Amino acid sequence: MSVTATRPPVFEVATPEQVAAARATLDAHTVEMMAWHFHESTGCPFWLEYAKSLTFNPLTEVTCYDDLKKFPPFEDEWLRGGPVRRWVPKGMADQPMYVFETGGTTGIPKSRVNSRDFRTDYEMFSDTLPEEFFPRGANWLMLGPSGPRRLRLSIEHLAQYRGGICFCVDLDPRWVIKLIQKGWMEHLEAYKQHCIDQAITILEAGHDVRCMFTTPKLLEALALALEKRGTTLRKAGITGIFSGGTEFTPQWTRFAVEEFLDGAYMTPTYGNTLMGLAASRPVVPADGYTIAYYAPQPRAVIEVVDFDDRDAVVPYGATGRVRLTTLTKETFIPGFLERDEGERELPYVKYPWDGISGVRPFRELAATTTVGVY
Amino acid sequence: MHLPAWRFGKPYESLERDTLVHFLTGEPVAEVSQVGGAIVGRDLQKAGQARAALMALDPEDVVERLQTAGNLYANGTVTVGGEPQSPERFVKCQSATTGLPESLCRANMQKNMFVLSNMDRILDALSRGLDPAILWTGHGVEHRGVTVSYQAQSPVLGLVLPSNSPGVHTLWLPVVALGMGLVMKPGSQEPWTPYRMAAAMVEAGIPAEAISLYPGPTDVGAAVLAGCGRSMIFGSAKTVEQYRGNPRVQVHGPGFSKLILGDDCVDDWERYLDVMAESVAINSGRGCINASAIYASRHTKAIADALAARLGPIEVKPPDDPEAKLAAFTIPGAAKAIWGQIEGLLKAPGVTHATAPYGDRFVEGERCGWLRPVVVHATNPEPEITRAEYMFPFVTVVECPQERVLEKIGPTLVGTVITDDEDFQRRLIDCTHIDRLNLGPIPTTKLDWLQPHEGNIIDFLYRSRALQVAAPVGATA
Repeated sequence: MSVTATRPPVFEVATPEQVAAARATLDAHTVEMMAWHFHESTGCPFWLEYAKSLTFNPLTEVTCYDDLKKFPPFEDEWLRGGPVRRWVPKGMADQPMYVFETGGTTGIPKSRVNSRDFRTDYEMFSDTLPEEFFPRGANWLMLGPSGPRRLRLSIEHLAQYRGGICFCVDLDPRWVIKLIQKGWMEHLEAYKQHCIDQAITILEAGHDVRCMFTTPKLLEALALALEKRGTTLRKAGITGIFSGGTEFTPQWTRFAVEEFLDGAYMTPTYGNTLMGLAASRPVVPADGYTIAYYAPQPRAVIEVVDFDDRDAVVPYGATGRVRLTTLTKETFIPGFLERDEGERELPYVKYPWDGISGVRPFRELAATTTVGVY
Repeated sequence: MHLPAWRFGKPYESLERDTLVHFLTGEPVAEVSQVGGAIVGRDLQKAGQARAALMALDPEDVVERLQTAGNLYANGTVTVGGEPQSPERFVKCQSATTGLPESLCRANMQKNMFVLSNMDRILDALSRGLDPAILWTGHGVEHRGVTVSYQAQSPVLGLVLPSNSPGVHTLWLPVVALGMGLVMKPGSQEPWTPYRMAAAMVEAGIPAEAISLYPGPTDVGAAVLAGCGRSMIFGSAKTVEQYRGNPRVQVHGPGFSKLILGDDCVDDWERYLDVMAESVAINSGRGCINASAIYASRHTKAIADALAARLGPIEVKPPDDPEAKLAAFTIPGAAKAIWGQIEGLLKAPGVTHATAPYGDRFVEGERCGWLRPVVVHATNPEPEITRAEYMFPFVTVVECPQERVLEKIGPTLVGTVITDDEDFQRRLIDCTHIDRLNLGPIPTTKLDWLQPHEGNIIDFLYRSRALQVAAPVGATA
């Protein structure tokens, strides 16, 4: 394995045995998923139809994760428009289905069907949360995107799964992006304030809210608003914060820890509607506040690949584009090139597979991408 | 060298840094800490302390300290980024990251020093003789015996600063003398003037807690504008449009400055060629006060040709050559793109390129580009190129009847009008889309610092309002 990282890791790197065991699990899971998605009785109409155009048989010729490279590139345009039922596996056609959307500020959004995946993802994530800061039975505040996104339902489920009740604030990220694109910065500020005001009202209403989900920008806005009132997140009752968004940077995290979290615990995450949720290894000053994410393998896999060769994983420490593979019974997405880039990270003992740090918008798309405030 | 952020006087080293490189060689010149908008928002909650620190001083002391700062800035060695910085070192750094010839860097230093050195006169002129103590106490009695009150609209002025011309810093230099702190987002390529100025001010005794420097991405600018009761921003026409009508923001964009030759003087146009050339080309044509159009009713072709003969041969020279007059475009591809745009505009009917005989205008470097002076002739004011402004010596000489000039020139930051026609002068004085009016052969680039620029900064920072104090009980009126 080639390592280009310039300093020795300060976290506990997974042993080769742990990495090999995780890989074996992934290989077995991959074969199991092929058997589900490409069998006439269980697969979804899209993949069963698509399989006819393939030069290989996914049922017999995919024997490990690496064999998924045999699939042509997944085109996210396929996820736009209907009929949405073509993505529902026959094996779960009688199950209640949700559809979650991503993007959609203009044009047709990408959509993903969901039955239980979001619950499973967040139950797994729940196991990573420290009890001391995210006590079971505590109530939650969801201050993030609502509407057709899965995040709102997921956070509510997470709260319920941990025995709490979730308070929510409406937030429409498509409108936020339009405000930015139109340059209506005063409206943007007013909309943000509108959301923050509602959050503060909930926090001050005696509901014993101790945990919250929010995005980095709303977190800082909430903290500043509380500071103006002479209080802090911690004094308002918050002990644990689960936050998500690609705009996390080491500097921002350091600023949050040093200046406004007031001892509340924050765990950064990276996720989206297609993948699920990647947890981070502990963010500590000794590691330069590096934020490294690990996908919920084997249900989803993140690889950091060469900008010019989507099948070549870059060396550890090197920069590449995020390639995402989703492998659940509800959804199969092989080798989708995300709109993000970052650095490949060594396997961590709790997540003995590759991670990614420094996640940011992919350089070639960054100029045309509007990052919202949500 | 590393330039940390400065949070009301406290240095702050960010984990994120931007490396500034030499525009010709690509060699690193400095690292600049990059902060986010949240830091600005948090610090601004304590902005009142910046003004309080200034209020603790005597206003006349502040002016004296600023005069000392001006001298230090121009002639002294001050500590910037933890290292001693001489004026020559400053000039080298500024030239290296902005592409400005060193001679122009020095000239801009002199402008800034002039303003600081003459702060007492400038304040006296801008405040129309107001006792500075009235700005400190908020009210007082004028020499006429009338009670006046000036209410500060913000404890600090936010500044989203540009990288294009260090001369623009003259606009905010009086702010500290008016009892307000500074919250600056330096230009990404030109942090040098704000940092050196801040260092000189602090070494001269201005309280460090009155000054902040927040280098960073665009969200820092947004946070400055959102958090400061009053701000100045420098930007494009789009930026100007975005903040138009916002009383909290004074926006400085393209100037579209112009020279107009009246019918009574135009036959003597050759006498004014020096004024025209200086207006177009000084400071590499980078300023909003550089002329981008010259209007006259006749002789326009001859004027364009003569101006082209004067400016067209100017060559690109190394930045340390005392004769260098042209700044580089340091953003890769920028000069080429601008030249492409100009070539497109030159195709319009009635438009000719007067500098064409003097060789290629676009000069490509390894890491940057230059545009040599361009003089264009237009037979009427309709082509789009007559309303164009670029950050290099560029001018269109427009043929237009005098009676239609005011209707056609559009917004004009500086209008120099050469005419003795009193009726025309009257109409020019009344014309609301000319900001600074020069009557007579004064280069558009020659500013009288004792006069307001794009509005009086005191009117922007302070509100003149009524304040009455009851007479003590028992006193008679």
